[in-house]
Amino acid sequence: MKFVDEFRDPIAARHLIQKIRATAQQPWVLMEVCGGQTHSLLRHGIDSELAGTVELIHGPGCPVCVTGIRVIDRAQELAFRPNVILASFGDMLRVPGTGGSLLSAKSRGARVLTVYSPEDAVQYAARNPAQQIVFFAVGFETTAPATALAVLHAQKLGLSNFSLLAAHVRVLPAMELLMASPDNRVQAFLAAGHVCSITGWHQYQDFADRFGVPVVVTGFEPVDLLQGILECVTQLESGRAEVKNCYGRSVAETGNVVAQAIVDRVYEIDDRDWRGFGTITNGGYRLRQEFHEFDAERRFFADRHASQTVADARRVYLQNGDQSGTAASPPFSQPFASAEQRCKAGEVLSGRLKPCDCPEYGTNCTPDAPLGSPMVSSEGACAAYFRYRGLSVIRGIQ
Amino acid sequence: MMDPVPSWARTCPVPIDEQSERISLAHGEGARLSRRLIAERILPRFASPDATHFQDAATVTTVGCRLAICTDSHTVSPMFFPGGDLGSLAVFGTVNDLAVAGSHPRWLTLSLIIEEGLPISVLERILDSVSEAARQCRVRIVAGDTKVVPRGAADGLYLNTSGVGELIDPVPPGPCAIRVGDQILVSGPVGQHGIAVLSVREGYFFDSAPLSDSGSVIEQVVALRDSVGPHIRAMRDATRGGVSAVLHEWATECQQSFVLSESAVPLTEAVRGACELLGLDPLYVASEGMIVVAVDPEYASEAVCALRSVKGCEQAAVIGEVTTRGICPVSIRRVLGTPQPLDEPSGAPLPRIC
Amino acid sequence: MCLGVPGQVVEWIDRDPLFGRALIEFGGIRRECPMACVPEAEAGDYVLVHAGIAITRIDEQQARQTLKDLASIAADQDDHETSQESER
Ligand code: SF4
Repeated sequence: MKFVDEFRDPIAARHLIQKIRATAQQPWVLMEVCGGQTHSLLRHGIDSELAGTVELIHGPGCPVCVTGIRVIDRAQELAFRPNVILASFGDMLRVPGTGGSLLSAKSRGARVLTVYSPEDAVQYAARNPAQQIVFFAVGFETTAPATALAVLHAQKLGLSNFSLLAAHVRVLPAMELLMASPDNRVQAFLAAGHVCSITGWHQYQDFADRFGVPVVVTGFEPVDLLQGILECVTQLESGRAEVKNCYGRSVAETGNVVAQAIVDRVYEIDDRDWRGFGTITNGGYRLRQEFHEFDAERRFFADRHASQTVADARRVYLQNGDQSGTAASPPFSQPFASAEQRCKAGEVLSGRLKPCDCPEYGTNCTPDAPLGSPMVSSEGACAAYFRYRGLSVIRGIQ
Repeated sequence: MMDPVPSWARTCPVPIDEQSERISLAHGEGARLSRRLIAERILPRFASPDATHFQDAATVTTVGCRLAICTDSHTVSPMFFPGGDLGSLAVFGTVNDLAVAGSHPRWLTLSLIIEEGLPISVLERILDSVSEAARQCRVRIVAGDTKVVPRGAADGLYLNTSGVGELIDPVPPGPCAIRVGDQILVSGPVGQHGIAVLSVREGYFFDSAPLSDSGSVIEQVVALRDSVGPHIRAMRDATRGGVSAVLHEWATECQQSFVLSESAVPLTEAVRGACELLGLDPLYVASEGMIVVAVDPEYASEAVCALRSVKGCEQAAVIGEVTTRGICPVSIRRVLGTPQPLDEPSGAPLPRIC
Repeated sequence: MCLGVPGQVVEWIDRDPLFGRALIEFGGIRRECPMACVPEAEAGDYVLVHAGIAITRIDEQQARQTLKDLASIAADQDDHETSQESER
């Protein structure tokens, strides 16, 4: 495939690794912001290849890991309502909320539809007028145009049975929060390439100046990643802190202005809860007033105080019995709240704690039975570590 | 379940209208209707000297050989997918299980669990497909059963097939015989069935849904047996969980590890593109017409040649080898060439955006 | 976050500025994708698709530049190695 295979060239990758090793005079600490980058780094073993040369901290850029628990609970509650179908990206299905994951909710009768694109959910709503389709809109700036477009399309089609549970997050405020924290260890950032495809890289100029930290816009293929790492190391060694675009084929300085306009038409910037981080100022998007009719929170939770959600749902459920007529089992299994406290996701995602230093890691928390969200998706920092550890032992044996 | 249109109807090529004759509970109650359903719609399709009366038990004649027996229940949503349907899948699935065990598949039984309301024309189409697939594999359907369950208790139609095959020497000893150095082969491009089903079920690709590889692996097994028979350790069809699931299972049984090479794994362009787009790893995606083979290293290239002579297996290849047991049962060399762990598949592959 | 895959525009299906769609090819498969974010893309161009929509047009010239930079790094590296070897 064009624009993929060229950037997976093993020989180019080898050369870059040698060059990085030759350039780095001390072990620099870099953070790759995006979960997709984490995924690729681990899939190809780049982090272990560079062990001792650079340390890569897996950043908070996995929407699956940072989506707030309250909104996950709401999604789950909606999925149990009669006539509601919750449409979600596959990524969110395994993430634990207060009462387990959407996947486990599904097995208990919740109606969850996995879609690849928000547009698919709009089409589904158009075909099924008797059902309320709620799209669980998670993701960073990259994903916001797709969900914004879905709202505009639903509006154009006059769909009264489509709404959005908006949980989009913005990446720059989180990076600022990390840099401002007193125990920050990050010395340079690999900025998330596809976020920048939308936002452009000019937004990092001020950030890089203010914190004196190199920000290198980086793609996702092994060669892209190595190039980004090399640029970070080169800057750090020469004492520079600049914004550099190493992903020119997909990122322009000002980003995609057409896409920005679409996002801006539908969303406005808002504070948002980040799992493990708390509320981040300007850390997300919410629907603009003209689109409130598509806001699932308003449509379904208008009368409700936020903190009552789960308890209410359980009570309503127990009163009404199971709508589907199958065996009655409560939709919310053992409350999970203590797990949320035991999980050290915030410290892990900000690079202050290595996953393997978390007391739950590998014992009470494994990819098959995750305690916290970083253990869930393959790009979650803890899940990633879990796999890597296995390998290092293998190497020992060989 | 949630769509007003039942899942089986969405991709069904048979025209269905309100007037279509449908299965009712009475069809399953053992009275006249059910006798007629069997006599008129089912039996004629499976005319065989052993099954003229479809008695409760069939009798078959063998000439004193060892037998392989297996059973498998089949459900696929949607019932019709590009390159196949539930009917042929139910035959190939069981036939393939028999074949990779080292046997020559001979007889099948067929159980139908029908949801009330299924149009009879759809049932007939599936039955035609069962009979055509059985003819292709030269197996006979010798006994059967029909049950009708109330609407909502099943998704259209479930099939169970049990099969009996005659073992033919040399019978592969199985995964316990796998040794360090053995080569791992696949007989063709991986993941085609899973991608075909996923793309129509979820409507991912409108224009050119890739075809499933659903088919019999008998010829592949025969070609291997004839060329390198005594040197085959184990064979398996890579269905649910794909190649990764097979190797993880073998790793547990033989207590060795497997190291694959990503660049050697044959893929069709369609599966490659779909997997990139949906964020899936083809090694976790199901096939229904290709096998994974562990073979003595000295005979690996001969085995590849033998496989490549079979139609549809031109891309057969060695994709990895067996190494001494490490912590990580299956790993894979990707771009950088250092082995990275290949996890055990957990649940069905979910498309991801991140 | 943000799995993005490059695909080639086969043909436009609908040129609506907001709800326009085009057929995009990824390896051996095709899918219709909303094109609102890349109105300038033409048949033959490559676009980056995320969550089912085209989010940006891929700049071929930039891609070539990147590959050229890589080649020069590789050449440097080779020189470096040969010089090290000749020193030995
Ligand atoms: S190992 Fe589990 S509990 Fe510990 S930080 Fe990671 S996800 Fe949370």
